[in-house]
Amino acid sequence: MGKSVLVIEDEPNIIEAISFILSRDGWAVATHSNGHDAVDVVRAKQPDLLILDVMLPGKSGYDILTELRADGATKDLPVLMLTARGQNKDRDLATRLGASRFMTKPFSNAEVLEALRELVSA
Amino acid sequence: MGTLNTLVAVCLGYVALLFVVAFWAEREAVRGRARWLRSPLVYTLSLSIYCTGWTFYGAVGFAARSGLEFLTIYIGPTLVMLGWWWGLRKLVRIGRTQRITSIADLVSSRYGKSPLLAVFVTLIAVAGTTPYIALQLQSVVLSFASFSDNVTQEAAQAAVNAGAVPGAVAFADHNATALWVAAGLALFTILFGTRNLGANERHHGVVMAIALEAVVKLFALLAVGAFVVWGLGGGVSATLERIDASPIGQWQSQDGRWAALIMLSAAAFLTLPRMFQVLVVENEDESHLRTAAWAFPTYLMLMSLFVVPIAVLGLDLMPQDANPDQFVLTIPLSQGREGLAMLSFIGGFSSATSMVIVASLALATMVSNHIVMPIWLRVAEGGAMISGDVRQVVLLSRRLSIGGVLGLGYLYFYLSGGGIALASIGLVSFAGVAQVLPALMGGVFWRGANRVGAIAGLSVGFIIWAYTLFLPSFGPDAVLSATIMENGLFGYSWLRPQALFGIAGLDPVVHSVLWSAAFNTGVFVLVSLLTFPQPLERLQGAQFVNVFQHTGNPQGWSGGIAQSEDLMVMAQRILGPREAQMLFQNAAAAQGLAGYLPDPTPEFLQLLEREMSGSVGAATAHAMVSQIMGRATVSVEDLLAVADETAQMMEHQSQLEAKSAELTRTARQLRAANDKLTQLSVQKDAFLSQISHELRTPMTSIRSFSEILRDGEGLEQEQLSKYANIIHQEAIRLTRLLDDLLDLSVLENGQVSLNVQSGSLQALIDHALASTGVEAKGLRIHTRGLELDLMLETDLDRLSQVFINLIANAHKYCDAPRPALTIRAAQRDNHLVLDFTDNGSGVPRDKQDLIFEKFARVSDQKAGGAGLGLAICREIMARLGGAITYLPGQGGASFRVTLPMRMRQAAE
Repeated sequence: MGKSVLVIEDEPNIIEAISFILSRDGWAVATHSNGHDAVDVVRAKQPDLLILDVMLPGKSGYDILTELRADGATKDLPVLMLTARGQNKDRDLATRLGASRFMTKPFSNAEVLEALRELVSA
Repeated sequence: MGTLNTLVAVCLGYVALLFVVAFWAEREAVRGRARWLRSPLVYTLSLSIYCTGWTFYGAVGFAARSGLEFLTIYIGPTLVMLGWWWGLRKLVRIGRTQRITSIADLVSSRYGKSPLLAVFVTLIAVAGTTPYIALQLQSVVLSFASFSDNVTQEAAQAAVNAGAVPGAVAFADHNATALWVAAGLALFTILFGTRNLGANERHHGVVMAIALEAVVKLFALLAVGAFVVWGLGGGVSATLERIDASPIGQWQSQDGRWAALIMLSAAAFLTLPRMFQVLVVENEDESHLRTAAWAFPTYLMLMSLFVVPIAVLGLDLMPQDANPDQFVLTIPLSQGREGLAMLSFIGGFSSATSMVIVASLALATMVSNHIVMPIWLRVAEGGAMISGDVRQVVLLSRRLSIGGVLGLGYLYFYLSGGGIALASIGLVSFAGVAQVLPALMGGVFWRGANRVGAIAGLSVGFIIWAYTLFLPSFGPDAVLSATIMENGLFGYSWLRPQALFGIAGLDPVVHSVLWSAAFNTGVFVLVSLLTFPQPLERLQGAQFVNVFQHTGNPQGWSGGIAQSEDLMVMAQRILGPREAQMLFQNAAAAQGLAGYLPDPTPEFLQLLEREMSGSVGAATAHAMVSQIMGRATVSVEDLLAVADETAQMMEHQSQLEAKSAELTRTARQLRAANDKLTQLSVQKDAFLSQISHELRTPMTSIRSFSEILRDGEGLEQEQLSKYANIIHQEAIRLTRLLDDLLDLSVLENGQVSLNVQSGSLQALIDHALASTGVEAKGLRIHTRGLELDLMLETDLDRLSQVFINLIANAHKYCDAPRPALTIRAAQRDNHLVLDFTDNGSGVPRDKQDLIFEKFARVSDQKAGGAGLGLAICREIMARLGGAITYLPGQGGASFRVTLPMRMRQAAE
């Protein structure tokens, strides 16, 4: 397929895992590991899809999402949010801010791939 | 034969004795054992520094020259002590409540803590006292000369004369003697006068030494007197006959001069810096004044008892040209009584030394507090917030000032050639320092007195004194030319220094005292009436004048939101860390707050300012607190409190004030408690979320990689082992987190069993440092106090856990470019106090209360821990019977661990 995905996540082991399963599935994977300049990186790389963690150093995933949705260029970018906090209010907040999909860690590899495919085809 | 060597040996021996006594008294005082050190007797004896070398030798000379007039010098103080002890009591009370360190401090403090006045009074005191110190040096030198050159009578005369002629060969020796004496006294004063910076500025060692000297000089003079009356005069009645026959016995009073001298000595008794030092600053207890009121006049009477007989017999027995100032010494010598002469010499020596010690101590305090420190604080960048320990600077400045004051005295001695001119300088000095009297009395008894008036009166009085008495005292053409003396300034004859306004024919001293006192007082009163005081002056004025009515605090500072932490930084540098921390902690406890930072209420600021003024003087302390607090505001209520004095009003108002302060405090505490609860509830809410996050993160990696391995066709061997390794690591991380949680829960529920062992602190810290390995990672470690090799008996493993946590935290959070951690250990009352202080930016004020809570991290997004470390530390320390607290104001993050050296084990 050759679609590009950007993974913003700060845990090195999780980056490694996601990178591995996505590349094996044929994605072009780029990664970034802090919140400060995440928005700039998204603008520069213009990925087809974004995987965004909530707890990031520098700036939270929610803030990054809010900024992306406010910008015309990234308004419709499909975003899959990952969080290690599994409470309902986290899910609600993510949906309200405009996340395309929300998944709780730990995830099943297959479910992640499934979700990504749905997002790019939608 | 009493050669120079024996004399020097005796002097050194005597000084050594003083050292021992002073040292012993200091030690007893530190141990708090010496109640009799603080007895009224010691207080009375210390007052005897009024009798200097000048009075010891000079009184006889005075009597030989001017008859009974010498008594005026004793009558003045006697009248003050007997007739005015209630006034002294007021001075002492003011000195106590306002933490006064010197007479300059008192005057400055009364007039709105004015730095200008403090400097002015200090300069007057230095100008008035320096010649007096020179006079003491001279008396020692002359007595040395009389004694050592007694081999032949002529040699003695030559020496005495040589003492009066600058440049003579013998004089060089005298200079050397004076220099040695000055240096020795400087050493003594520095050793015992600047040992510490107490809040109350008392020096037990010095006081004890001068009390001993008082006994020695009285005994010496009485011994000589007894020898003269019974040994030479042939008994009481024979001596009385001789006195009748001599011109001294005749009443030849000039009423004006008598009255002026009595007034002058009474004024000097109150305003001489050294007298103020022993009378007010060193006073331990107001009630001592009752004893001193009769005991001190008795002492003076005994001192003057044999003056006339010695003078009369001296004139009869000694050669025509013998110096009557030395009769006390030369009469026993001429009779071959060397032992007695030696005693007399020591008496004179002790009179001179005790005066010089106390005078230089008092002057040095003034010079240092009012001139050196303000300049230093201005020059040193950042004013009150400078780095380093200010106490060392204050002590150093005092020591240098002592050296400076004695140096000035020696210089004066050297320049004036030790001549006869010195003999009359005693009265000149008296008249100089007496200029402070109107400002002092007005300040203590008259609410209307104000700063401008005080400055104006002092200036006028000082100028007149200098012009009419001080400058002419150097002799014609020395400072003032003979033409001015003869024809007046600018040729106006009414400006002749010794005949102002054309009133000639008066004795110069009487003339000067009359005019300077009249103008000083007149200008002071007039200007005070014509100008308005500042608010702070009014408050201080009410405090001073009505010191017995309300010893309550004057309002001064507006509380508001202030930087308690900045205040603490400053206080630590002036009072010392330990004292400051105790002060702050007690104040916080009194306000019902935990920790080290009390609310900056007016009461607290007042207390702090007063504590600090004991070290650096009121004006400086006030200036330093203002630097942090902003301007002192005096509210309308405060002014009302000053204006309305009826007891009821005061009572009513203070009740209202207390009530409103109480309410404000309660409200503030409630708000603080509420804030903390709200924050805690947010934290509790976050707890689940946190736990979830901390557990899910490692689980994510584990699940993901285990799925990869499960579905793992086509994986290379290298990848296989790498992924398996990640799973393993994350499983360990998970376990550690669960261990921590479990540990904390066990500690919190008190189910933990402790394993008490004994071991050395040093080994424990070394072990903690080694197991964190932070030194290798670039954190520099400094340790202090570990060399004490303290032994602990507690659960060493648990304690080590705390240390490791604190050290690892410093490594993780310290944000300095060259991070360093200082570990400081001390033992206090069977407790170990251990401070871990780094050089980073510290914990922000609003987080300091929260860092010991579970999952609290200073920043959400930083560092790797789960946020349980400090919570565990706190629980461990509680189990060990100690505590861990955050210590604010140390320049970086600082944690204080306290625990009992030996843990008391709960009975099973």
